[in-house]
Amino acid sequence: MPTKQTLFEKIWDAHLVAQPSGRSPIIYIDLHLVHEVTSPQAFDGLRVAGRKVRQPSRTVATVDHNIPTEPRGTPITDLIAAKQIAALQANCKGFGVRLFDMDSPDQGIVHVIGPELGLTQPGMTIVCGDSHTSTHGALGALAFGIGTSEVEHVLATQCLAQQTPKTMKIEVRGRLAEGVTAKDLALGIIGQIGTDGATGHVIEYAGEAVRGLSMEGRMTLCNMSIEAGARAGMVAPDEKTFAYVKGKRFAPRDDEWRKAVEYWRGLPTDEGARFDKVVEMDAAQLCPFVTWGTNPGMVAPVTGRIPEVGSLKESERRATELALQYMGLEPGKRIEDIGIDRVFIGSCTNSRIEDLRAAAQVAKGYHVSSKVRAMVVPGSQAIKRAAEREGLARIFLDAGFEWRESGCSMCLGMNPDILQPGERCASTSNRNFEGRQGRGGRTHLVSPMMAAAAAIAGHFTDIRNWKFQ
Amino acid sequence: MKPFREHRGKVVPLDRINVDTDQIIPKQFLKRIERTGFGQFLFYDWRFAADGKKNSGFVLDEPRYEGMSILVAGKNFGCGSSREHAVWALADFGFRAVVSSSFADIFANNSTKNGFLTVRLSESEVAELMRRSRETKDYQLTIDLEQCEVYDDQGFRAKFPVDEFVRHCLLNGLDDIGLTLQHEAEITAYESLHPAPAALQSPPQP
Repeated sequence: MPTKQTLFEKIWDAHLVAQPSGRSPIIYIDLHLVHEVTSPQAFDGLRVAGRKVRQPSRTVATVDHNIPTEPRGTPITDLIAAKQIAALQANCKGFGVRLFDMDSPDQGIVHVIGPELGLTQPGMTIVCGDSHTSTHGALGALAFGIGTSEVEHVLATQCLAQQTPKTMKIEVRGRLAEGVTAKDLALGIIGQIGTDGATGHVIEYAGEAVRGLSMEGRMTLCNMSIEAGARAGMVAPDEKTFAYVKGKRFAPRDDEWRKAVEYWRGLPTDEGARFDKVVEMDAAQLCPFVTWGTNPGMVAPVTGRIPEVGSLKESERRATELALQYMGLEPGKRIEDIGIDRVFIGSCTNSRIEDLRAAAQVAKGYHVSSKVRAMVVPGSQAIKRAAEREGLARIFLDAGFEWRESGCSMCLGMNPDILQPGERCASTSNRNFEGRQGRGGRTHLVSPMMAAAAAIAGHFTDIRNWKFQ
Repeated sequence: MKPFREHRGKVVPLDRINVDTDQIIPKQFLKRIERTGFGQFLFYDWRFAADGKKNSGFVLDEPRYEGMSILVAGKNFGCGSSREHAVWALADFGFRAVVSSSFADIFANNSTKNGFLTVRLSESEVAELMRRSRETKDYQLTIDLEQCEVYDDQGFRAKFPVDEFVRHCLLNGLDDIGLTLQHEAEITAYESLHPAPAALQSPPQP
């Protein structure tokens, strides 16, 4: 074992259960988050093999992916979705798993409620059958997405056999300018290293710009690690992290709290520890970004233009041409000249209270363009209540935004919230893949402030020039 | 799990990079609670028009590739969502393996749990296989996992890397839950040192 270790290595080593020779190491999983879409086949597997959930107390479920965002109590008209929700309810009951169901005051997007309830804590290993599990790394946890077979594996054994990932440090020097958010930082990084730039690696985000982010901002940044291909993304825990976790419902208390914080203080990467790869960036080079293509690496500054394809190598050129064809855009077009039809503010990337505050600040005193339909979908019931208390919901409603119930909603369009063919959307979510928000729909990823501004202007506009009211 | 030792089959080229799992199996088909029956929805938006009629011209539907079982595609195959449904759809459609110059981590992991092989070759080797599968009628490839080798009848031969443990599981069709449970004593010992946090141990609310 090297004497100088990274944050990742410390957590990995602390969770090694066995290292059988010639096999992948077996690591212990502290927290397993479960949702309705990737779990039914896993519970079925347990039943077929006559196995139990090994640690029901370390397993927490919620419904988020396919649920409607209509007022709660409205019947679910999609019968297959209803069946999937019923399956989760029955599985949680049958296997003794805690479920934050549709009508729970704690329901929300799985990656929003984990941190919010204090389930997510520094130093933990966390998995979920969802690629955006990387979000929880913002608190200094090792958190990554798994498939359904691995969901079954964790349910049965509370362990995973995993090849040891490589490590990558992304150091961002300097501070983010006004109007440049964690989302822009994430898009800037992916634009630079590419959608497979971190494949096989766990990223640790470091540097002044990262330290300066709020906990919500760090969650946004870690959330999008998977869009760079990373196994996970992490930020070392600090005083900000401890202050965030303290007092949360499932957080340690009293003596346990003091012991936990003492342990957490030892987690940050040791001075001089080695990473397999290091990327350095300058915060001064970042600006508000807008994606123009069909993957999150196809990104341009809001003041920029759609790139010309001439200089690209063959496979990239073809991919770019296909993307522009799908998006209905031409090379050289100014980003600010792109008009939009829809706006979605929500998702595990950008639906937290800070995101809603930022968007509401932009919307205040304005009205959504007559050409645009805009919706705000808070990440959880707790966020919804907080936003209503703070008057944010009122601002959105007065400005002509729809104010909906919590869930994944139009990030992946598994529920009725989808784009129609050809509709163009400014979205605070994480993926602009073909058809992601609805077949034929065209998604542009932006920050919450940029989305709110686009809703009002009817086209993309540089938030740095916004006249706040 | 179905073992994978050697497979010989017809090759189809999908000349795209960054094929994401949303394309492999669009979200509207993720609501099923079974593991089977996803093949009919594979690459749905590319294969079918909005009215459900088949699009002409998508490579998987060209008659010359009928009976295909090996997909050759551009880099970063399987990126995006963790949905294992992507592997289920490919396997259910009749594929046994995908050849590419790189794969997204979760997709590659999911593949190994389903006796499905991800074969990583160099970009130039992948390009060569795409060319051969386009130019040669009924182009066949053999994937030999014992030797970690891919070859055809026309002199193409390449080695591919695979984790030794993954190879062992695939060759023998091993259930890795069973393998992990061989370490029951170590898991129990770990758990006695690291009990679940007290707050989580309270019984779930009714």
